[in-house]
Amino acid sequence: MTAIIHPDAGADRIGAQARQAATRRVHGLSDRSIAWLFVAPTIALLLAINIFPLIWMIRLSFTSLNLSMSYLPLRFVGLENYSDILTDDDVWIRLQTTARFVICSVALQVVIGFGLALLINRQFRTHSFWTTIILLPMMLSPAVVGNFWTLLFQPQIGPFNYVIGLFTGIPPSSFSMTGEVALAPWTIVLVDSWMWAPYVMLICLAGLRSIPDYIYEAAEVDRASAWRQFWSITLPMVMPFLMLAVLFRAIENFKMFDMVNLLTSGGPGSTTELVSITLKRAAFEKWRTGYSSALAIILFVTVFGAANIYVKALNRVKQR
Amino acid sequence: MRTSATGKWSKWAGGALALFAGVALTAVANQPAAAQSKQLTLCWAAWDPANALVELGKDFTKESGIEMKYEFVPWTSYADRFLNELNSHGKLCDLIIGDSQWIGGAAENHWYVKLNDFFAKEHITMDDFVPATVLGYSEWPKNTPNYWALPAMADAVGWTYRKDWFARPEIQAEFKKKYGRDLAPPKTYEELKQIAEFFQGRDIDGKKVYGAYIFTERGSEGITMGVTNVLYNYGFEYDNPKKPYQMQGFVNSANAVKGLEVYKELYKCCTAPGMTNAYMQEGLDAFKSGQVAMQMNWFAFFPGLYKDPNVGGDKIGFFVNPAGPNGHFTQLGGQGISVVATSEHQDDALRYIKWFAQPKVQQKWWEIGGYSALKAVVDAPGFPKSAPFAPQFLESMAIVKDFWAEPSYAQLLLDMQKRVHDYVVADKGTAQQALDLLVKDWTKVFKEQGKEVASQ
Repeated sequence: MTAIIHPDAGADRIGAQARQAATRRVHGLSDRSIAWLFVAPTIALLLAINIFPLIWMIRLSFTSLNLSMSYLPLRFVGLENYSDILTDDDVWIRLQTTARFVICSVALQVVIGFGLALLINRQFRTHSFWTTIILLPMMLSPAVVGNFWTLLFQPQIGPFNYVIGLFTGIPPSSFSMTGEVALAPWTIVLVDSWMWAPYVMLICLAGLRSIPDYIYEAAEVDRASAWRQFWSITLPMVMPFLMLAVLFRAIENFKMFDMVNLLTSGGPGSTTELVSITLKRAAFEKWRTGYSSALAIILFVTVFGAANIYVKALNRVKQR
Repeated sequence: MRTSATGKWSKWAGGALALFAGVALTAVANQPAAAQSKQLTLCWAAWDPANALVELGKDFTKESGIEMKYEFVPWTSYADRFLNELNSHGKLCDLIIGDSQWIGGAAENHWYVKLNDFFAKEHITMDDFVPATVLGYSEWPKNTPNYWALPAMADAVGWTYRKDWFARPEIQAEFKKKYGRDLAPPKTYEELKQIAEFFQGRDIDGKKVYGAYIFTERGSEGITMGVTNVLYNYGFEYDNPKKPYQMQGFVNSANAVKGLEVYKELYKCCTAPGMTNAYMQEGLDAFKSGQVAMQMNWFAFFPGLYKDPNVGGDKIGFFVNPAGPNGHFTQLGGQGISVVATSEHQDDALRYIKWFAQPKVQQKWWEIGGYSALKAVVDAPGFPKSAPFAPQFLESMAIVKDFWAEPSYAQLLLDMQKRVHDYVVADKGTAQQALDLLVKDWTKVFKEQGKEVASQ
């Protein structure tokens, strides 16, 4: 191949570069500087509201600081707060309660969310309308959800007990969903699933719609049954999306505070006291700043570690 | 000439900066104008007496020209919100009507301005106030003449009952037949339980009613403020009166255990379904809707209840917290008013306190729905007849006891909330175990505070 080079091309290129450099110099800022100028506020904010508090919190976790008694001298207590937490039976019980809540609610949300996604993916005539209706709960604020479910669960005037009574014959005012030890944990699972199953549905729907039709067409040609298509095509191809939904929901549920606080305040007794409620009480009601900083770090490391292991598993699934 | 992309960006960035600077300058320029009119912010809980205080404050504005601004927060988040504010040395509140239990922490942490010099200068003497309120709301350390607040809102736990139901001849006759005595406001917890059992599930005017409403709230202070009314009267004490902070055998004595069991029995036998996390508002709702025969609540709400068109007037009666086998006490409520140490308007805030302490203002405070702690008001000959609940209020204020007011009160309170709710509502363990664990929790808190805690 012969290249035709215009005699003035080199000179033009050099001229353009020189003009570009001159423009940069004229305005006094290079592209790199302008990029930094725009990124700097975000970095500053990140440092100020994330990194600095994190470092400060790590420091506080080794101290005896209690803000309700800030007149007492601040003592460096080493790992005392950490050992107090890790040897406290109550903290372990709260962690178990949280784990049970996370497992039950995420499992229920995955089953319901995936089921709904399969239904909506059939693209029947009013599927857009139903998608919007199903998505409504997750658009509400947890505070609103907590308050109106509290009313729905009211044993004497709440419609929930009335409906249960209608189908089972149990007198509506004979049980309290939020006030009984056996029912309260399931109540928070139920409300959380009602609110967030649509979110799982949305992610699964994205997964389902990303599967090319020709794969199903090929399966049809091979006379694969609907069940076989589901196990061999749908589920494996949606799996990365499903795992992502599980990751998001598990992290969110591990931190769950607002809705549970409104529904049960952690009660009856401490039956639904998730570890986030324990943390809030230690930090902002008991003012045990050193202790609560250590607890927050333990929780952070736990979630971060678990999420990392999970993401590795997710990557393996994706590579298959 | 064509502008380069870099030039465009620079212009946009310059424009944005100029706009930001303009807005900031305008805000700064307007600030002095806003600050010209004097203003005080008073922080308190959002409840009936707060509305009365707003009304009362109009007189202060008229006299002084100082505008009053109010920051009222619902009871369930009142402590969280304002202790956070005080802890962070915020400047939201100039004046604060803080809970009685905050006084230790507020004094030790210098959140409040000490008022001794001001009282001396303005000739305000604590001898003019009901002793229980001075001890409960103003003094730290307790029983020493160190004042951090002016008693502002006297309050205690009392009871309301459906006088109209109690007066019905058929109900009277049935009760007498069953218990061999007249149906009347109870004097003891044993009587209260009988009456509550009698009304529980009864059909009145075609509606199922319940015996009693008691505090069971878990999140803030509810169940503690309820259970102590029984515990005190059965023999519970916070510590050894002769050996401070020695709690073993006082908090978890056999009598205290019995008291806790009685509260649970009352909760199990005689409350409406679903009252597992209920405090002041739920009690008011239950009573106003004609659901309960008797209601435990703070005196602060009684003026409003008396005015209620459905259950007020002749239909409502009031009684003092019933006695127990080992004493007759009731839980102290109420608050003192303090000047916040970080306020930039301390002189005006002190001026408000001086104005508020005047007998004529205190008299009006009582008349419009507040509860004065000034002796000149409550000891006046006409006071018992000034409201249907005034005699019970006077009697109650003479038998009040309060929760710990230590700087670590929040930890002590939350520990008690947990142990009592676990036992009473969640059926976890025995009363003895609950109180033993409470002693363990409290011992740990006091040790962290550097107190010496004797076990025997």
